[in-house]
Amino acid sequence: MTSTRRIGNTVLGVIFTALMLFPLYWMINVSLTQPTDLRKDPPNLFPVNPTFDGYSRVLGEQLPYLGTSLVVGLGTVAVTLLLSAPAAFALAKLRPRGGTALNFVLLIAQMIPGIIMAMGFYLIFHNWGILDTVPGLILADSTLAVPFGVLIFTAFMAGIPEELMSAAKIDGAGPWRTFQSIVMPISRNSVVTVSLFTFLWAWSDFIFASTLNRGGDLQPITMGIYKYIGNNTQDWNAIMATAVVASIPAAVLLVVAQRYVAAGVTAGAVKD
Amino acid sequence: MTATHTASRVAVPGETGEVAPSTRAASPVRPLPARPDPTRPLRSRQRLRAQLTAWAFIAPVVVYLVVFYAYPLYRNLDLSFRDYTLRSFIDGTAPFVWFDNYAQVIQSSTFTPALVNTAVFTLVSIVFQFSIGLALAVFFFKRFPLAATLRALFLVPWLLPLLVSASVWAWMLNSESGIVNAGLEAIGLTQVNWLTSPQWAMVSVLLANIWIGIPFNLVILYSGLQNIPGEVYEAASLDGANAWQTFWRITFPLLRPVSAITILLGLVYTLKVFDIIWIMTRGGPGDASATFAIWSYRLGFGGGSPELSPAAAVGNLLIVLAFVFGLIYIRTQRRLERA
Repeated sequence: MTSTRRIGNTVLGVIFTALMLFPLYWMINVSLTQPTDLRKDPPNLFPVNPTFDGYSRVLGEQLPYLGTSLVVGLGTVAVTLLLSAPAAFALAKLRPRGGTALNFVLLIAQMIPGIIMAMGFYLIFHNWGILDTVPGLILADSTLAVPFGVLIFTAFMAGIPEELMSAAKIDGAGPWRTFQSIVMPISRNSVVTVSLFTFLWAWSDFIFASTLNRGGDLQPITMGIYKYIGNNTQDWNAIMATAVVASIPAAVLLVVAQRYVAAGVTAGAVKD
Repeated sequence: MTATHTASRVAVPGETGEVAPSTRAASPVRPLPARPDPTRPLRSRQRLRAQLTAWAFIAPVVVYLVVFYAYPLYRNLDLSFRDYTLRSFIDGTAPFVWFDNYAQVIQSSTFTPALVNTAVFTLVSIVFQFSIGLALAVFFFKRFPLAATLRALFLVPWLLPLLVSASVWAWMLNSESGIVNAGLEAIGLTQVNWLTSPQWAMVSVLLANIWIGIPFNLVILYSGLQNIPGEVYEAASLDGANAWQTFWRITFPLLRPVSAITILLGLVYTLKVFDIIWIMTRGGPGDASATFAIWSYRLGFGGGSPELSPAAAVGNLLIVLAFVFGLIYIRTQRRLERA
């Protein structure tokens, strides 16, 4: 390829990316706009005379919501890792009878629409008395990630050399010890991938939050934004400021853990 | 095949330990077929132990699947066959009414629009997400400066909370103060009541959903392109194939398995879409953008008095719909493969 064509492609690529990311730019722009300029027609394309009032309101009103989301996200990651890693180890290395059937069930489980799960959980959580609680939400959110976690871990652990497993056995390590001291440390990358997606899904969840924690004292940030939209349709700069803050985990994770993101998307999808 | 495979593999490490000396000592003396005999009870006990160990690791997930998937699905099914009211929450009774809820839902004036909307929303979303995603994957597959960075940036919208994306689109498409209408006005077109007019509400939620789905399609199809061996392209260029021929005759057919997975996942994901439509239009105006997922939520949690039983019936119809879509898809796929 000639160098002018390469540069031409770069310019084209930048244009495509700019078009794709425009809504994000707009979110930031609106979050900085003066409330009096919000209804301006045509709107300001740049934050002329920017204000940080939206952000100070977020910090004043939304911090508890952000805190709850953090707890729910971390709790969901813990539940998902504890359940999916041992199961995946067995599926990948111990060759259980019926393992294929279990894999199939996990694939199907990922396909059940959230609203149906939410309705079932609503009745069950009502009986168990964990409606409107953080643990209830953690349990519900973990259903978004556990099948995914098992599938990713299995795909990764299947690639661990068999010699390593036999070596551990000869040294007298039982399956649990092998799992703990050999398989888990080697699987660090897949632990990062699963944790990252689990956290993001739990952080972004709206359907479970709005059905299973609609009246609780501790609600996640998605409910914070939702209530904002309902109550303050005039204050779009504050709504967009909250949206920007709620997007920070995604942005940070993409920058810090870029390669795990691509690995997670493709490993979760393209599996034979 | 799996059983023997499992047994032989599991037995190998054990043999190197305690069992090996006796078998090894015995084998030169005895004829080969007799060899398995003395070790047999030991082996099957070992095999059983290995199986039990494996299932001990898996047991938590199995329990979890039963409690957090099977049980909610059962409760949901049971709910759809009963007349569950607010009183049912207090005294726990709900009369069994068989298919009354289903009949009520199917005769409802929302049924036809919801069915059409679900089909249109799913098909149009997938067609655009896939074709745009594929075009971009092919584009980013060329080597040029910044390609990897720009491709990574494309992922940001996909990682954002759906609620955030939906709110941003709702504001961009706002009739009076939205940037989209300002843009239309600037180039001399008439403004559109995106979210509040029945014709455009569906277009609005489709725009947002397609935008969200592009990165996912891009990443998977890009990884599919990476798996096509370079020699195929070299051969094609030696034969003098132009860019379009290369794409249509080589890239597209070789990408078919990956495309199939991408589309199937897109199908499953799009049927479930809830956040985007609920935040942007709540399925309105009227039922103009209501899909099955929205309708079910609206019945169960959207208004003052929850109608949980009809909501569960709609939800179960959604599962049936997903199943039918899946079957149609698999059949088409098979026919394509045979052709």
